[in-house]
Amino acid sequence: MLEIKDLHVRVGGADVLRGVNLNVRAGEVHAVMGPNGSGKSTLAHVLAGRESYEVTCGEVFYQGEQLLEMAPEERARQGIFLAFQYPIEIPGLSTTYFLRAALNAVRAHRGMDELDALDFLEFIREKAKLVEIDPALLTRSINEGFSGGEKKRNEILQMAVLEPKLAILDETDSGLDIDALSVVAKGINGLRARDRAMIVITHYQRILNYVAPDYVHVLSRGRIVRSGGKELALELETRGYEGAIAEA
Amino acid sequence: MQKHDVGQSDRSSVMSQLLKERDYYLSSYERFERERTEEPTTTREMRRKAIAHFAESGFPTTHDEDWKYTNIAPIVRVPYRSTVDQRKFRVGKDIAQLKLGTVAPATVVFVNGHYSAESSSLAALPSGVELRSIAGLLRAPAAIESNLARYATCADQAFVALNTAFMEDGVFIRVGRGIVLKEPIHLLFVSTADSGPFISHPRNVIVTEEGAQATILETYAAPRETVYFTNSVTELVVGANSALTYCKLQCEAQNAFHVATVQAQLEPSATFSSHSISIGASIARNDITAVLDGEGADCLFNGLYLTTGNQHVDNHTRIDHAKPNCVSRELYKGVLAGKSRAVFNGKICVHPQAQNSDAKQTNKNLLLSADATINTKPQLEIFADNVRCTHGSTVGQLDLDALFYLRSRGISCRAARACLTAAFAREITNQLTLQALRAWLEEIVMTRLPGSPPNEGDSL
Repeated sequence: MLEIKDLHVRVGGADVLRGVNLNVRAGEVHAVMGPNGSGKSTLAHVLAGRESYEVTCGEVFYQGEQLLEMAPEERARQGIFLAFQYPIEIPGLSTTYFLRAALNAVRAHRGMDELDALDFLEFIREKAKLVEIDPALLTRSINEGFSGGEKKRNEILQMAVLEPKLAILDETDSGLDIDALSVVAKGINGLRARDRAMIVITHYQRILNYVAPDYVHVLSRGRIVRSGGKELALELETRGYEGAIAEA
Repeated sequence: MQKHDVGQSDRSSVMSQLLKERDYYLSSYERFERERTEEPTTTREMRRKAIAHFAESGFPTTHDEDWKYTNIAPIVRVPYRSTVDQRKFRVGKDIAQLKLGTVAPATVVFVNGHYSAESSSLAALPSGVELRSIAGLLRAPAAIESNLARYATCADQAFVALNTAFMEDGVFIRVGRGIVLKEPIHLLFVSTADSGPFISHPRNVIVTEEGAQATILETYAAPRETVYFTNSVTELVVGANSALTYCKLQCEAQNAFHVATVQAQLEPSATFSSHSISIGASIARNDITAVLDGEGADCLFNGLYLTTGNQHVDNHTRIDHAKPNCVSRELYKGVLAGKSRAVFNGKICVHPQAQNSDAKQTNKNLLLSADATINTKPQLEIFADNVRCTHGSTVGQLDLDALFYLRSRGISCRAARACLTAAFAREITNQLTLQALRAWLEEIVMTRLPGSPPNEGDSL
């Protein structure tokens, strides 16, 4: 589904990714772990199409197509979804309106009819249950005045609404207390599917207790330095990044 | 040095041109007056005083502080006619869309400054509301008693003076004591200068008596692109304990000129809400003043201006806290695209006896293009010591993180820009109590401005 080949990325004059290689097949869950500043979020944003990030070398194939040539909205319509580490607040734009616009853009791409406001309302109520979001929250401006947990749940709600093929979760666990983490993880697990791949980007092993990965990769200084099964995450937890990286 | 000289001669040529235009208007007035020998003395005196003020002040130039950023030469150098061939005007077809659907059952329509009975619908007007044409009032000796020209002063206000000298029609509305209007009244001024540039001076007086409540929508619109100049004056008297919501929608033709003066007088515990929307015209200027002349009065000034192309929109607002314990809230927001230019100048003046005044003024601007310009100047003049007053202004661009967020969900760049622009404007549109107007305006915000492509010096 996703094939990253020797990806180099420069952000604000600094080489942040320096030759990343990664293969993700449908149905798989990959965890990408690494210390602060290793390039995890940059990888997530480059895959989603952040335009201010400069790809200096390498290729990314998504479903056999050159991903890097696509606009962010094109990627989203083709099934890529990024759950933001810091979801954006947009005063004046209601969550419902935004979600419906997004869903209809994706549906149009898939050759499906648009959902009208009433059908959408019914649809969104069902999805909101999955992440235990109060539907009243959806009438408010996007993320405005939402708690940290509500923002993250809202990200997972969007994922549930858009039904992506490849979901990239950028530190979705950060800033969540244990109860909120459990709700978010339940939402993520509910969306695991044979035809859907996930890349879970995280600093801590904690979320992987809930969302069991098929593969774990360690990103350090812009490169994947170790890959393994879920036991690698446990090793990182006990030995720390430095120990695990030294091993490599 | 040489450059300086060129500037000087430029300025003096503009000045001498404006003097010439002043004389042209003065001689037009002589003809205008000769055709009106049947008017009562009170009306004639009112006009004469006004034209004398205009003769003295002449047109303002960019040397005048209040006109620093708005050059009116392009407006006044056009040779307008004051009568127009209205045969090309198709009442049903031209009016229907401008009525904004079902915004108001009672609509008073003026075509090129004159009342149009066949376009208006007054059957729905509730009892307790007196509605008369200004044309009729001007022929009645008691015109002065209607508050006409009582509050909008001609001294140093060239366009008010011209309006008062040349006014022919408009509407006088009195909402009687304790009368609560459930539906708004729509005053629709339609201009269509199909046979050459045309000038009109609409004049309105709106009075809400004690305890009354009303919503008035005043729209300036055109069915087609033509060149014309609307110079309107509206005087509002908001009686004690009454509430008046006044929406002014300026969506003139893109080549038209619009100068409007709104003067509101608030009596004790009056509530006045003004919503001023500017979308159209090549050059538009709005002067709105509210005098909080009774204790406990409450004043809201909202404004939204959307400019694109080479449009120029200037909003000058003034709130006078003349009595104690009054509250004023002001929020003007602008969205500027293309090479357009906007001016915001908001003055809040707290008079010495106006203790416990509470005033807040904000101006926020969103620049969609690197070529757009905003001049914003909030002003506080405080002569009382126990007051709470704040003001501030901001100028920004679309937030790139928000734009990426929306696009990462499949929303096109264009639609994302439209969403964010509408989100910016929503602080104003949300406060519009007329649902039909609000829906119409939100559609305009979504579709009109973000159409400017993201390249061409755009901020994206």
